[in-house]
Amino acid sequence: MRLKIGKLTFWLTIVAGAGTSLAGSLVWAQTAPDPVAEYRAMFGDDNPAVLWTLRGQDLWKEVRGSKHVSLAKSCDLGMGTGIIKGAYAHLPRYFADTKKVQDMESRLLTCMVDGQGMDKAAILKNRFGEGDRKSDLEALAAYVVDASNGVAISLPLEHPEEKRAYALGKAIFFYRAGTHDFSCASCHGQVGKRIRLQQLPDLAGPGKDARDTYATWPAYRVSQGEVRTMEWRIGDCFRQQRLPQLKYGSEAAIDLTMFLAKNAEGGKMAAPGLKR
Amino acid sequence: MHPLIRYVIVLAAVPVFTTAAVHAHKSPSPDRNAQAKAVMEASFQAKGQAGMDRLDQDKTQALCSLHAPAAPPAGAAAKVLAANQAMVKLPSDGKFLGDWKRGQAIAEEGKGEQYSDDPTKPSGGNCYACHELDKQQIAYGTIGPSLYHYGKNRGRSEPMLKLTWSMLYDMKGYTVCSAMPRFGSKGILTEQQLKDVMALLYDPDSPVNK
Repeated sequence: MRLKIGKLTFWLTIVAGAGTSLAGSLVWAQTAPDPVAEYRAMFGDDNPAVLWTLRGQDLWKEVRGSKHVSLAKSCDLGMGTGIIKGAYAHLPRYFADTKKVQDMESRLLTCMVDGQGMDKAAILKNRFGEGDRKSDLEALAAYVVDASNGVAISLPLEHPEEKRAYALGKAIFFYRAGTHDFSCASCHGQVGKRIRLQQLPDLAGPGKDARDTYATWPAYRVSQGEVRTMEWRIGDCFRQQRLPQLKYGSEAAIDLTMFLAKNAEGGKMAAPGLKR
Repeated sequence: MHPLIRYVIVLAAVPVFTTAAVHAHKSPSPDRNAQAKAVMEASFQAKGQAGMDRLDQDKTQALCSLHAPAAPPAGAAAKVLAANQAMVKLPSDGKFLGDWKRGQAIAEEGKGEQYSDDPTKPSGGNCYACHELDKQQIAYGTIGPSLYHYGKNRGRSEPMLKLTWSMLYDMKGYTVCSAMPRFGSKGILTEQQLKDVMALLYDPDSPVNK
């Protein structure tokens, strides 16, 4: 592990330098058709997300909370108690115990709060890590999603509540509001567009963009130095849409994730990904 | 009424209801927006300058959401288009053009109206996010058309200036479901800022026309 981290630090230093020149050097952008892809290629297999995955593994197995139980012995992500292999590729899904459709983040929260007896407010306060203050949810997310690597995304939508979540997610995707009239589709409704230099995937329906995008979240976000999950991604899109703040684990977040996941069906999970 | 006659009337009404239910499944449900909004009301919280009223849709937003990704019906679209055209206020002093340098700064600025933004500072137009404007700034987006040589290709006649002003002010008066924000109607940019952006597009010294 020591060697691995040393190598990571080395690459991070290189990439931090490259990031600075990415912002400053327009010349490079002119010569490179996709600077973000080149930038990503520089990491090779060294995705810093591995640090989150390892910490998530420890957290998954650790006996915690007032109920003194580990997630490994108590948490059902849809594949059975303690099973994480392939779980993310089949989320969101309906859970009989909560009588709700849940995505990974909201399900982890249920497992930690109801299953382990941990303090919900404290977990939510720390939902997005920053610097030395790391998020348990982000570490667990990295660990859980890593166990779906190579697994095809599949959501049969057999339960009526799952169908309902998809339909609502679609309605939210196309819902225009706010000072700028934006919906998700304003930026993610066409193929081959970009905002500034950032490529915008078309997420309005099934297709390669939808598969490639969904399959690579959660991801290590280089500009933030953190692993971020789909709920973070969606929440930050809504901020840029000029809407109020999306609540973590809320129905809109889950429904929209259901819409995106269903559109990504058939894609093979390749997360944690690596994003600018 | 004879009970048998009443029975026949009820029976006759049944197919009507059935047809209506099937139809509602095929076309976008008329309350798709209302359903989305109900979920969103429970899923968002006010933060900074972004209050919960930001989830309320006006007629343009509602129409362009309800049928998306399909275009709205022509009749309804024409009405909303006209309503947006009627929103346009021409410059109070009759002058369309401000300072292109200030206009360029507005075109570069992406902040404004987000809950993370300082509400006491003026909003940007963020034009480069979606449009190519000149050959110096290559970090431009492609959601909108290139505006390079905008003024050079159009001249500076009064009707042309008025048209561009109206588009900046309220693009939904021209393309009802355009992706472009209504910078004037929604109060995103001030009259002076709009003049400055106009100058960026039309001034012969602006990099847009070089």
